[in-house]
Amino acid sequence: MKTILAIMLSAMLTDNFVLSKFMGICPFLGVSKKLDSAAGMGVAVTFVMICATIVTYPIHHEILVPNGLEYFDTVVFILVIALFVQLVENFLKKCVPSLYSSLGVYLPLITTNCAVLGVTVLNIDNNYTFFQSIINALFGGLGFMIVLVIFSGVRKKLEYADIPETFKGVPATLIAASIVSISFMGFAGLIK
Amino acid sequence: MADKKTPLVKELTKGIIKENPTLVMLLGMCPTLAVTTQAMNGIGMGLATTFVLLGSNIVISALRKVIPDKVRIPAFIVIIASFVTLIGFLLEGFVPSLYDSLGIYLTLITVNCIIFGRAEMFASKNGILASAFDAIGMGAGFTLALFLMGSVREIIGAGQWMGIKLPVLSENPMLFFIMPAGGFFTLGMIIAAVNKLKNKKPPQELGCGGCPNAKNCGKEGDCH
Repeated sequence: MKTILAIMLSAMLTDNFVLSKFMGICPFLGVSKKLDSAAGMGVAVTFVMICATIVTYPIHHEILVPNGLEYFDTVVFILVIALFVQLVENFLKKCVPSLYSSLGVYLPLITTNCAVLGVTVLNIDNNYTFFQSIINALFGGLGFMIVLVIFSGVRKKLEYADIPETFKGVPATLIAASIVSISFMGFAGLIK
Repeated sequence: MADKKTPLVKELTKGIIKENPTLVMLLGMCPTLAVTTQAMNGIGMGLATTFVLLGSNIVISALRKVIPDKVRIPAFIVIIASFVTLIGFLLEGFVPSLYDSLGIYLTLITVNCIIFGRAEMFASKNGILASAFDAIGMGAGFTLALFLMGSVREIIGAGQWMGIKLPVLSENPMLFFIMPAGGFFTLGMIIAAVNKLKNKKPPQELGCGGCPNAKNCGKEGDCH
């Protein structure tokens, strides 16, 4: 039980995907301008992370490992993620149009989000069990969402700030991200 | 100036400065921030990415008339992932120390926006030779940017450069710079410096320009 708690906290706070593993920087910088799009992206990423873990974990352990094909991990995983994202998109479009209209636009972006491929590979690398993998994906996704939501607030303030011409836009955003990252370093003592 | 050069040379040089993928077009931020705690890692990551970029650009360019438009994204992904697997094997066999220090980020070259962006924007529209030159130029620009980032962070954060201890700095290294937060800070500063040097208005939009899915985040690039 203790390890589960450790995985939860480390995935969400201390080893946050965005701020300490640098995965998913593109959506972090691109979609964090508005609160609702940040939250939408966060939900979509969390959802795809969990589903991708549920699909890739058995593929690795039941199909690839018994046949000695572990080195196909990267190819198979990314293909599974790409197909899966497409599937989810089509399913939502047909069956849950209300959810599609709010999440749909973020789904195709997720294929190239390194956090999703990252979480599936990390689950294998760390030898997590199936349950631990799902917990890791769920809380990793939640951590991603928390950071995106917090940062959307920071950026809103940043828009009113008087920034030197050279620093406007990307540089100021990155430096703000650096400060948010420092604040997350405060969580480091949570896990020993 | 550029008009006098032959087109191939232009493909080669544009990636290094004018369209530098990391510092100007702001693609491939994840590896830029993650592996640049040391200059050497930056070079290693840059070269590995260049290898994948070169391979995938050549193959995609060669197959550009065969791959149907509708399935091009999965097709590109498979080609890129194959080259990533290949470079993983090569590094594990010949440079195991680099393989260990790049870790999971080696696998994540697969989803590096630069490679995807070049496949979508360039290799799928141009000939093999031009695509190869484009890949080498973009790869060199990426490597250069990573080397610069790595040097700054290693010199200030660890007081050494390429593993050589520097006299005064190594006594009081500023650990901040090799921590994740320092990565964001250094990149922000370098991009600001590039903006200043170019004496141009900074890019207002953050760069998913090369992403095949750029239209979905409302920043439709030159693709589609």
